[in-house]
Amino acid sequence: MLFKRNPQLNANGELIHLLSIEGLPKAVLAQILDTAGTFLSVNEREVKKVPLLRGKSVFNLFFENSTRTRTTFEIAAKRLSADVINLDIARSSTAKGESLLDTIANLSAMHADMFVVRHSESGAPYLIAQHCAPHVHVVNAGDGRHAHPTQGLLDMYTIRHYKRDFTKLTVAIVGDIVHSRVARSDIHALTTLGVPEIRAVGPKTLVPGDLREMGVRVCHDMAEGIRGVDVIIMLRLQNERMSGAMLPSAGEFFKNYGLTPEKLALAKPDAIVMHPGPINRGVEIDSAVADGAHSVILPQVTFGIAVRMAVMSIIAGNNA
Amino acid sequence: MKVLIKNGRIVDPATGRDETGDLAVAAGRIVAIGRVAADFTPNRTLDASGLVVAPGLVDLAARLREPGHEHEGMLESEMAAAMAGGVTSLVCPPDTDPPLDEPGLVEMLKFRARNLNHARLYPLGALTRGLKGEALTEMAELTEAGCVGFSQAEASCRDTLVLHRALQYASTFGYAVWLRPNDPWLGNGVAAKGPLATRMGLSGVPAIAETIALATLFELVRDTKARVHLCRLSSAAGVELVRAAKAEGLPVSCDVSVNNLHLTDVDIGYFNAAMRLTPPLRQQRDRDALRAALADGTIDALVSDHTPVDEDAKNLPFAEAEPGATGLELLLSLAIKWGAEAGLPLPEALATVTHRPVGVLGESLGSLGSSAGRLVEGGVADLCLFDPSARWTVTPAALRSQGRHTPFAGYELPGRVIATLVGGHLAYEAAHG
Repeated sequence: MLFKRNPQLNANGELIHLLSIEGLPKAVLAQILDTAGTFLSVNEREVKKVPLLRGKSVFNLFFENSTRTRTTFEIAAKRLSADVINLDIARSSTAKGESLLDTIANLSAMHADMFVVRHSESGAPYLIAQHCAPHVHVVNAGDGRHAHPTQGLLDMYTIRHYKRDFTKLTVAIVGDIVHSRVARSDIHALTTLGVPEIRAVGPKTLVPGDLREMGVRVCHDMAEGIRGVDVIIMLRLQNERMSGAMLPSAGEFFKNYGLTPEKLALAKPDAIVMHPGPINRGVEIDSAVADGAHSVILPQVTFGIAVRMAVMSIIAGNNA
Repeated sequence: MKVLIKNGRIVDPATGRDETGDLAVAAGRIVAIGRVAADFTPNRTLDASGLVVAPGLVDLAARLREPGHEHEGMLESEMAAAMAGGVTSLVCPPDTDPPLDEPGLVEMLKFRARNLNHARLYPLGALTRGLKGEALTEMAELTEAGCVGFSQAEASCRDTLVLHRALQYASTFGYAVWLRPNDPWLGNGVAAKGPLATRMGLSGVPAIAETIALATLFELVRDTKARVHLCRLSSAAGVELVRAAKAEGLPVSCDVSVNNLHLTDVDIGYFNAAMRLTPPLRQQRDRDALRAALADGTIDALVSDHTPVDEDAKNLPFAEAEPGATGLELLLSLAIKWGAEAGLPLPEALATVTHRPVGVLGESLGSLGSSAGRLVEGGVADLCLFDPSARWTVTPAALRSQGRHTPFAGYELPGRVIATLVGGHLAYEAAHG
């Protein structure tokens, strides 16, 4: 028996790890978003630090490279006054044949308080959370296709910032959903927060019918997918998907599903356009849209720091 | 050695015999069932009051990891596990290291197994050299060395031309070919395709990976008349195809593993690598279809699919973990559990792990074929004595197998093996208490 209860919650239902948004109560999501709101002002001050994680060591364990995400976690941890250690494991110990759990055991011996984990395999942070010392907290910074909960939360923060009430929204997620951990985290968060209609838009190779079981409406036609929506979340199309058996070419994808000003006109006049970055201009999104009035792609990045500060400060305050 | 088993519930699934009585064993054979002559003078008497006396179990899929893991004493530990599970005959697939593609390897394995004086070992030879799916093995030589059939194990034969020729050749001499129906391109995900795999972000194996392979195999069987055993069915759609093929009269048989019979993909829970299995656990309707097909005989046998996996290979993220679970010590209990849940009498549940698998092996068992998996006067004394009312909790650390990973850890299961006899030799006795 691995975990009897949701492994990210303690017996009191408090968040001790952030592994996935799935299974988290609405109140926990609201607590994170509200806390993020208070940190946003910290980030605008001249001295951008609070002492909540003073003396704590946060290890960024990136088994898969991502300078951008790692940097946002690093900034968030430093603004909470934590000591941050970045380990680019993709190029070090596992390349020498050390197992994942040996790596974790070694780092635990260095008295880590928190692991921020990015891994190419779905579920890896669960394995780490199961095997690390009880006082160590794990934050999933993206695992395989499974989850990217802090991205999901910062997306929710962004939507709440611009749209206020989740219960009246229609949200479209467009692109490579089958391989996207961001899409899965967004879908769980949107469902939990009460969004009545979530659409998953893309070709059948990238948007499988099984997604309906997650509570989304599957649309293979772009116009149908974004007509009348309040929020459009465009996903990054990974290079390896742009040609081969999933899609014939980036150009053909753009023709069918790329977000252009013409297609955007089908959405509500006040619709916002989001993207987890980094964007592929001319593949999933036209520059005119990415840089246009509807785009909130840069504010997402700003909110991302505050949301990650909120997550780290909340889980560090709860005991297993 | 003469053994008298007294006052047991004697169950022979092959004949439906289910009665209380005595059973006498001498010179490796059963000499009397029911009533034993008063002048029988045993060296050893076993009181079987409250116990079932059944034929020893026959498991059509048990990996023993030898050759390849001799230094770890794998054969010893896994054969001991078989004894503790009441399994007296087992078929092992050829995906050892190196694969069983040369008679010398098979002879050595059989020799080592014989010396242990435990379960009877029936190896499957590799269908192609190195299991590479390119060149045929010396099937006649391998058969002489003791192989009961030929298999690709988990290595698919990607080239249909090679597979066609392999079946033609095997059919010429009446050799059985054992294949797991799995399209190599569609079939290399880590969980069953479906809402759960999609939600968890695990790469999925669709049911069509099984049905496409089955459809191809059935066409090849129609053409070559080869005798094919289909290993470890996993899907409802696959069951339907097999049912139709059998109705048509094709010379095919099939089995299902204890894992797919009892579990579904939902059991993966929070990425529990103990549930990383091949074939993958599918959905409830697939499991229901497999259970019904085992009951109605469409599926011939229940197998443990015993695959010991060490800690280092299992303590990994789900997709990276090595597939497989230990199973020899669970086979009897999981057969009984299924039978009870399906509302079947005990003999019918036992049939799936005794004479029905022997039927799959057919003539390849030679002189044992007429009595293995059965209770026959004059037949071989391979016996399993178990307490049907005892329940035990699966505790991985207490298993004899070196594979400590099982999806059933923590389960409370019915049926506890008390003694196992192979060829009249008392090879296992449970500790008292």
